[in-house]
Amino acid sequence: MRHLLLVLLLALAANAPPALAIDAAAVHQLALGDTSEDRIAAINALVESGDEQAEPLLRALLAGSVQTSGDRVLIVSGDSAVDAVTGQRVSPLPEDASDVVMNNRVRGVLDAAVSALRLVSRDRDERLKAARELAEDPRAAALPIVRRALARETDPDVKGVLEIVAASIELRAGARAERLAAIRTLAASGNPKTETLLLPLVAKKPDGSFAEADEEIRAAAQASLAGVRGRLAWGERIGLVFAGLSLGSILMIAALGLAITYGLMGVINMAHGELMMLGAYATYVVQNLFKAYAPGAFDWYLVCAVPVAFVVAGAAGMILERTVIRWLYGRPLETLLATWGISLMLMQGVRSLFGAQNVQVDNPSWMSGGVQALPNLVLPWNRIVIIAFAAAVVAGMWLLLARTRLGLFVRGVTQNRAMASCVGVPTARVDTWAFGLGCAIAGLAGCALSQIGNVGPALGQGYIVDSFMVVVLGGVGQLAGTVYAGIGLGLVNKLLESWSGAVLAKIAVLVFIIIFIQKRPQGLFALKGRAIEA
Amino acid sequence: MMTRYRGRGWIAFVAFALALLVAVPAAALLFPAGSPLHLSEYWVSLAGKIVCYAIVALAMDLVWGYAGILSLGHGLFFALGGYAMGMYLMRQIGTDGVYHSPLPDFMVFLDWKSFPWQWWGSEHFLWALVLAVAAPGLLAYVFGWFAFRSRIKGVYFSIITQALTYAAMLLFFRNETGFGGNNGFTDFKRILGIPIATPGMRVALFMLSAATLLGTLLLGRWLVTSKFGRVLSAIRDAEQRVMFCGYNTAHYKLFVWTLSAVLCGLAGALYVPQVGIINPSEMSPANSIEIAIWVAVGGRGTLAGAVVGAAAVNGAKSFFTQAFPEVWLYFLGLLFILVTLFMPRGVMGLLTREKPA
Repeated sequence: MRHLLLVLLLALAANAPPALAIDAAAVHQLALGDTSEDRIAAINALVESGDEQAEPLLRALLAGSVQTSGDRVLIVSGDSAVDAVTGQRVSPLPEDASDVVMNNRVRGVLDAAVSALRLVSRDRDERLKAARELAEDPRAAALPIVRRALARETDPDVKGVLEIVAASIELRAGARAERLAAIRTLAASGNPKTETLLLPLVAKKPDGSFAEADEEIRAAAQASLAGVRGRLAWGERIGLVFAGLSLGSILMIAALGLAITYGLMGVINMAHGELMMLGAYATYVVQNLFKAYAPGAFDWYLVCAVPVAFVVAGAAGMILERTVIRWLYGRPLETLLATWGISLMLMQGVRSLFGAQNVQVDNPSWMSGGVQALPNLVLPWNRIVIIAFAAAVVAGMWLLLARTRLGLFVRGVTQNRAMASCVGVPTARVDTWAFGLGCAIAGLAGCALSQIGNVGPALGQGYIVDSFMVVVLGGVGQLAGTVYAGIGLGLVNKLLESWSGAVLAKIAVLVFIIIFIQKRPQGLFALKGRAIEA
Repeated sequence: MMTRYRGRGWIAFVAFALALLVAVPAAALLFPAGSPLHLSEYWVSLAGKIVCYAIVALAMDLVWGYAGILSLGHGLFFALGGYAMGMYLMRQIGTDGVYHSPLPDFMVFLDWKSFPWQWWGSEHFLWALVLAVAAPGLLAYVFGWFAFRSRIKGVYFSIITQALTYAAMLLFFRNETGFGGNNGFTDFKRILGIPIATPGMRVALFMLSAATLLGTLLLGRWLVTSKFGRVLSAIRDAEQRVMFCGYNTAHYKLFVWTLSAVLCGLAGALYVPQVGIINPSEMSPANSIEIAIWVAVGGRGTLAGAVVGAAAVNGAKSFFTQAFPEVWLYFLGLLFILVTLFMPRGVMGLLTREKPA
């Protein structure tokens, strides 16, 4: 990439007429100079001139692709070269060309010079990038450059970053007034690095005395630190809520299928997790097919994988209903054991087909990376997509149950099987379809999970207890309850996690549910009824 | 049903007792290695393991077969008993561990300087026995008290017990819990000062387990044939009616539930010295659900069935996992499905079908 850029820049430099002749003396002094001092002076002169042509030369110097031949300075790329002063093409390379060798000191100055030149680049994004790089690693040598860039800068984003950079340099090396001003500037920052910058100012030495002798600076630092921490805390809080939402949406989508099979039909499907695993493996297979036959369309394999996962898991569910579960209606404990058996066989089946190791499912490129919402908060795209996907699945399911004939039948059979049968609803067929639907949604959950976690034969095992908890907490037979319970559990889990660690949070949530069920055995959203036998 | 041993039942019981208490020890100790009648150490410890499982199956049958409460958390009670005994066995290692410290190796590894509070009294054998019974008993009592008071039953109860054992497993996986984290306890050296890996000790432990199993069988039989047992069966079949007749069903359920947990704890305490390891995976939901299938295979509501089922499934397990490891899960899964579909009364149901009950 970097080379490509270089070549591009060189090509531009080569084609452009040498409108502003570069300071030839400085170039010569830089490439052919005797001492490091000469060269550093030359670099500074080049930077001072703000010449556009200086950047490719300095970059080439850093990359070690500058050679000299006589008193000509050549920027080499491959077999040909460009004269750094005249911009003329030189091909082939002169035979006496020799490398320019620099020591580390000159290299350091060069580094700063290149970023300085980038800071005054015409391209705003380039400037912002350069400023951010400087903010990561602010060097005292860069201060004059940063100040100059600040004076010229008009873009507020770049300006903000540069102010932080200047402040952090001044904080270390500046005079007292400068340091105080710098501390106050830093207070406005939301950058997580600022905290580490300010901390040493208020720290105590092992013997109890303050590391910073000046009391006023200490007080200012303390105040700034409080401000920065407050802003950082917001990033953390929002990040926590986002993580909770993300976990909640996963729990919700995992539990949604169960809400149909268990909540509406009363079937304990212990193989639910394994149907999720089937969905994930279906995604894996689709991904591999795309890799093999349509690598160009790889970014869109998910669009194909979603319906495939839906159909595969749904078909598996319908077969299960017809062959096993049909005979066990009304015997929930037996259903539980039989579906557990099914889950064992599915797990072993996948293990025999795909091996016991986890398989690799890659994110499409548009799902990698994230949105930089705050300086210390990145929201990953795959999580955002999954939250949206979960919302879409819930909406789709609600439409299906509330607006279609199948949904009407499912609700009818749930409420009163005998009556539904009397008015001509084919209850047996509705059972098959409803069970298939529940399993198909498990497949969708598996497809979503494949994008954020490991895909292996034991994928479903990790979710089965959690998703049953969601259904139980939300109330059996209540889709809305499942949604609220899923999101709520996700949020509570993540909030507790930040406070007590992952395992204890999980235990606390499980214990909470166990206690909660004591109080409200029918779940959060119980149907009101007068029946003594639930 | 086999709940009342008449004639044949008693003969079977005595034959079973003789086989466990006389034939196995004799074959292991009296006949020299190489003799066709000799029972190697492997078989003795396998038999001992299965006997412990049979006790668990009996405990499960009491709550599931007779009171209709399907627990998916019995592995937790079993493991708690095992951990109680394991702590004592760890103390018995003394300074013979890798680090030659009076603390168990994992504590040295974690840089702990003294025993945490959970280990109080663990150097006493009697305290280990008390703990093996009291810890699962107390947990079951508290949990059951809450659950039965608010009339949680059926699959709700099953799922919550599963969550309970899952939570406990997560807890025991942590090093901070003080029970060795992932690795649990192992490398036991001696029990009551006697080396644990000798043939004599193995047979002694086996006979102790067998005696416990026989005692549990008799206790269970006495319970289920008493009035208490009748009420339990009535609760299983129609709890509302029993309540309307004036019985406080929660008390009955709580008693049999706690008793069942205590029996599991006892089985765990006998199991650990024989297998030589206890770790949190014993608490995994999969293990607990397997206990249910032992009982289902043998036949629910028949105490002998639980023993038969535990022996059959675990025998098959140790055969398959050695000979065809990849087939075992298919077999087990198929067993779950076929037994629930075609053998609702299990093996005992097949045996007693011809005879009028």
